Amino acid sequence: MSAKSIDKFMTGVLYAVAGIIVLLLAGLLGYILFQGLPHVSWHFLTSPAKSFEAGGGIGIQLFNSFYLLLLSMVISVPLALGAGIYLAEYARDNWLTDVIRTAIEILSSLPSVVVGLFGFLVFVLQFGFGFSILSGALALTMFNLPLLTRNVEDSLRQVGFAQREAGLALGLSRWETVIHVVIPEALPGILTGMILGAGRVFGEAAALIYTAGQSAPALNFADWNPLDIASPLNPFRPAETLAVHIWKINSEGIQPDAAAVSAGASAVLIIAVLAFNVLARWGGNRLYKRMTAG
Amino acid sequence: MQNYSLDDRYIKDLDPAKHEFAITTNDVKVFYGDNEAVHGVSLPFERYKITALIGASGSGKSTFLRSLNRMNDNIEGSRVTGEIMYRGLDINSNNIDVYEMRKHIGMVFQRPNPFAKSIYDNITFAPKRFGEKRKEVLDEMVETSLKQAALWDQVKDNLNQSGLALSGGQQQRLCIARAIAMKPDVLLMDEPASALDPISTSTIEDTMMQLKDKYTIIIVTHNMQQAARISDYTAFFYSGQAIEFDETRKIFTRPKIKATDDYVSGHFG
Repeated sequence: MSAKSIDKFMTGVLYAVAGIIVLLLAGLLGYILFQGLPHVSWHFLTSPAKSFEAGGGIGIQLFNSFYLLLLSMVISVPLALGAGIYLAEYARDNWLTDVIRTAIEILSSLPSVVVGLFGFLVFVLQFGFGFSILSGALALTMFNLPLLTRNVEDSLRQVGFAQREAGLALGLSRWETVIHVVIPEALPGILTGMILGAGRVFGEAAALIYTAGQSAPALNFADWNPLDIASPLNPFRPAETLAVHIWKINSEGIQPDAAAVSAGASAVLIIAVLAFNVLARWGGNRLYKRMTAG
Repeated sequence: MQNYSLDDRYIKDLDPAKHEFAITTNDVKVFYGDNEAVHGVSLPFERYKITALIGASGSGKSTFLRSLNRMNDNIEGSRVTGEIMYRGLDINSNNIDVYEMRKHIGMVFQRPNPFAKSIYDNITFAPKRFGEKRKEVLDEMVETSLKQAALWDQVKDNLNQSGLALSGGQQQRLCIARAIAMKPDVLLMDEPASALDPISTSTIEDTMMQLKDKYTIIIVTHNMQQAARISDYTAFFYSGQAIEFDETRKIFTRPKIKATDDYVSGHFG
């Protein structure tokens, strides 16, 4: 075959492979949405789940998912920023930073169920936090922190060395240069990574089954005292999330409409994760334009 | 190309009684790890004059220039020894506030590196960090420095535009404006025109000639015509050593050292 026809053939193969991937994704998403969306209603989104009868919703699970997400991001974002800035800007290349980077790599490839069991042993039992939002948030931090740190470090490294020299040559200190020159330029990348991480955390189930628990006690949305057990803000209450709920009704659900609830909940979960991804792209692009175009 | 002896040197002695120096260096050596890139350079830099550092690639002229405001501090494994005297202080010693010193000894780099901020913010960013908050002072600073850098007429209506949206030559002039907005004593320029077209280059050269009234300029350049056109003194670097230092017209007409003669007449480099 001539070089030209080989080129044509291989281009065709690549198109076909890309097409298969798109088809798979579209089919999966379409199926879940098609099955689930008919069951999604305002009532479904806001009412509490029922264990034995039909007509239960996912209101509490949905709230739990967002609250858990918020709490785990509040813990992990500052840690990831600190570690990422250290690794990208201050760490010298020596055995210690090699160890840190390797540890982050290994941590980021841990199966989430292992992270969940670790969280169970440490946060739930050892620290005595019980099955609670706090235990869940800490487990999710373990799960998310390596990837976030990596993302912060990579985003900072994308900013050219010349930018740092520009800041230093004007008499700015290293810290000022990092905070006011490098981070603003890396912010879109950092933000995109954070939002994608949030999407991953939002859909996580295995790490939460043994940490945040599998029950969703009734909440009183008029009670905003975080110390009350019925308060939605209480970080020490058990909190089944949407993803855990889906797993649970599929494994031991005895509601007559279990299949419908599961389908509806899956559709909501998928939409939320998609929304995180779209937001990450849109927000990242917009922020980049704003930061660079003055 | 033949090898020249590093011992065959001529450094013109400038009489301190007749000349005022901005910076003088004494036996400055720069090491990268175990590799000695600059071998004990001692040069005087006269105030309100332009001194050009010329030489082939890898001759150590840029490395030497970067040691004058301690930019080599940021490169892992690099080490600078010797004295760099500025206003009676050895700025190469440990107890110097490097950040404060760099406000007085500014630098323009080979590749334009404006911040990803607006033109206005590029210039005012550092002065604001150092406490200048008055808007009229900042506005004035932007206008003056952009005029000095010969950029004002082209950007005065678009000061909120991103600095990165400018052309390469304009970006470099923005970087010059940013450096002189700090009102440094000394301006170090590391091949500031090497990535620019001839028109931008000539604009920047005009800029430098005007800046000479208020600033001491030390410029590294590959372009010998440029060195001949704009500088008062020239130092020729070869293999990590300053081989010859003299008034520019002497370097280009009657150099005393053979290596210099061969370089400026285009026999190597």
